[in-house]
Amino acid sequence: MNTNSNSYTIIYASVMVIIVAFLLAFVSSSLKERQESNVKLDKMKQILTSLNISEDELKQDAEAAYTKYVKADQIIDLNGNVVAENGGFEISSKSLNDEEVSQVPLYVCSVNGETKYVAPLYGAGLWGPIWGYISFNSDKKTVYGTYFSHEGETPGLGAEITTESFRAPFQGKQLQEGGDVKISVVKNGKVTDSSCQVDGISGGTITSKGVDAMLQKCLKRYANFFNK
Amino acid sequence: MDLFSKKNKETFFTPLWVNNPVATQVLGICSALAVTSKLEPALVMGLSVTIIVALANVVISLLRNTIPNRIRIIVQLVVVAMLVTIVSQVLKAFAYDVSVQLSVYVGLIITNCILMGRLEAFAMQNKPWESFLDGVGSGLGYALILVIVGFFRELLGSGTLLNFRVIPECLYVKEGGFYMNNGLMVLPPMALIIVACVIWYQRAKNPDLQEKNN
Amino acid sequence: MEYLSLFVKSIFVDNMIFAYFLGMCSYLAVSKNVKTALGLGAAVTFVLLVTVPVNYCLENYVLAPNAIVEGVDLSFLSFILFIAVIAGIVQIVEMAVEKFSPSLYASLGIFLPLIAVNCAIMGASLFMQQRHFEGVGEATVYAFGSGIGWLIAIVALAAIREKLSYSNVPAPLRGLGITFITVGLMAMAFMCFSGLTI
Repeated sequence: MNTNSNSYTIIYASVMVIIVAFLLAFVSSSLKERQESNVKLDKMKQILTSLNISEDELKQDAEAAYTKYVKADQIIDLNGNVVAENGGFEISSKSLNDEEVSQVPLYVCSVNGETKYVAPLYGAGLWGPIWGYISFNSDKKTVYGTYFSHEGETPGLGAEITTESFRAPFQGKQLQEGGDVKISVVKNGKVTDSSCQVDGISGGTITSKGVDAMLQKCLKRYANFFNK
Repeated sequence: MDLFSKKNKETFFTPLWVNNPVATQVLGICSALAVTSKLEPALVMGLSVTIIVALANVVISLLRNTIPNRIRIIVQLVVVAMLVTIVSQVLKAFAYDVSVQLSVYVGLIITNCILMGRLEAFAMQNKPWESFLDGVGSGLGYALILVIVGFFRELLGSGTLLNFRVIPECLYVKEGGFYMNNGLMVLPPMALIIVACVIWYQRAKNPDLQEKNN
Repeated sequence: MEYLSLFVKSIFVDNMIFAYFLGMCSYLAVSKNVKTALGLGAAVTFVLLVTVPVNYCLENYVLAPNAIVEGVDLSFLSFILFIAVIAGIVQIVEMAVEKFSPSLYASLGIFLPLIAVNCAIMGASLFMQQRHFEGVGEATVYAFGSGIGWLIAIVALAAIREKLSYSNVPAPLRGLGITFITVGLMAMAFMCFSGLTI
């Protein structure tokens, strides 16, 4: 058979394209459900990590832990009023990057009998997006826990924002004062007010600055809620 | 037919060290360096590439007599892209954490020159079983370099291996010791220099591979 | 202003070679001589400039969920379509170079068709997908900047290698080894651009 003739080439190409397309469509649709539940599960884990839930508990059954701790995923507007009791989980963190956001999610949680709130964060690091969650006490003044993640920060430097040693100092710091966001990340070793400042990562200055900017930008939207 | 004849063994073992795809054939360096700042992603990347090279080699070898010569590069690319898409979908479904870590580099396996190089140079002329061995050998040779580089970068750069602490906390300056991590190790340039050291060692052991000119 | 900042950033800070190691294979192989390097750099820039916007449109107007038909998500086809677009355009560039500059065609040899598998090209499309640029304009500027960054990197390395041939390098390091070290040192130099903002 002449494998170099035009008609053979064209038929070969079209048959191949059809087979490949079907195969991929089949794989993608059969795995889709699992993938989506993975994404959802990952988000739940991130929220729970910001509430200082132990990793062991998350490993066992993150979904059960989520229903146990998170009581409501509210949507609030910029005046601090609750728009919807549920549905905050469906708002992707990415959409918070937009400057003009009018509604933000707020998770109402209960840990060991105490009410905690969790707010999502989203911003830019050195190479790409960074995001996270911050939880605070029911007095809305003290940070309870944090979670940070990133897409492609420098491993060993900027990527250290995900580590316990960077996140732990946030706990107990002052969150805000009269609606002004107080919690901030400063250059490594330059902490002057330890009640609300956290050490950045040495060598990861731009990522640390990104975390700081992300906190200021995202938490400002909760100012009216804080004052309520 | 002897599945493990001398020739087949050679096909499998030479790419591991002497004819290493990264150090000797200069293939697949792009993604090799970017994922090696920690050992774990280096391992995962090495394994994914091994699987994909082996499978792609088999598929192309099976099709080798039917592929029209003029569109062979595109056919190869499509086969590779299909396998990569499937692997990335499977990773997303069953190993979500890993897929997040590798992010765009999974996609870049498609353009990993090892794939195209082996398909074009080996699978187009050889039977499926030999092609499979060649694929696994090349993939493992690639993985070997990744693991060596990842090992040194993580050990010296973060003091850990596979995220377990190897260099004890108490030796660090912070805790009153004398040791500090080498921050440069985790940054891109050191990956190149470590690969250069591997090449140096490999060529010092195998003088045949040394180049005459700069 | 936004465009200028993105342009400068993609040349110096996010340099394809020094920050991401993309397009290394042909980068190391074709950097022995400045003239050839310049030719390949220009070809890569051109291919980037065409493929990234095309892939951007495909990504956003064809493959995105609900783009063509309500409820259909074709994003799993992105790898295949990207590589098909790239392979097609490389084929056209190859024919054009062969027609208009046979000497360049001869010196680029096998590496011209191999632009199709140049990681920098596919990488730019994948980064475009990951970073969610707003509008074709941003994607085009990013592609052009990345291409120029690649061009600068390969021409600089070729110039260094031309001089390097006069020096006495330890035998096992000759060729590939010393090139790797040179690129490593260049990457260190380029790191001082990180954090650059305009």
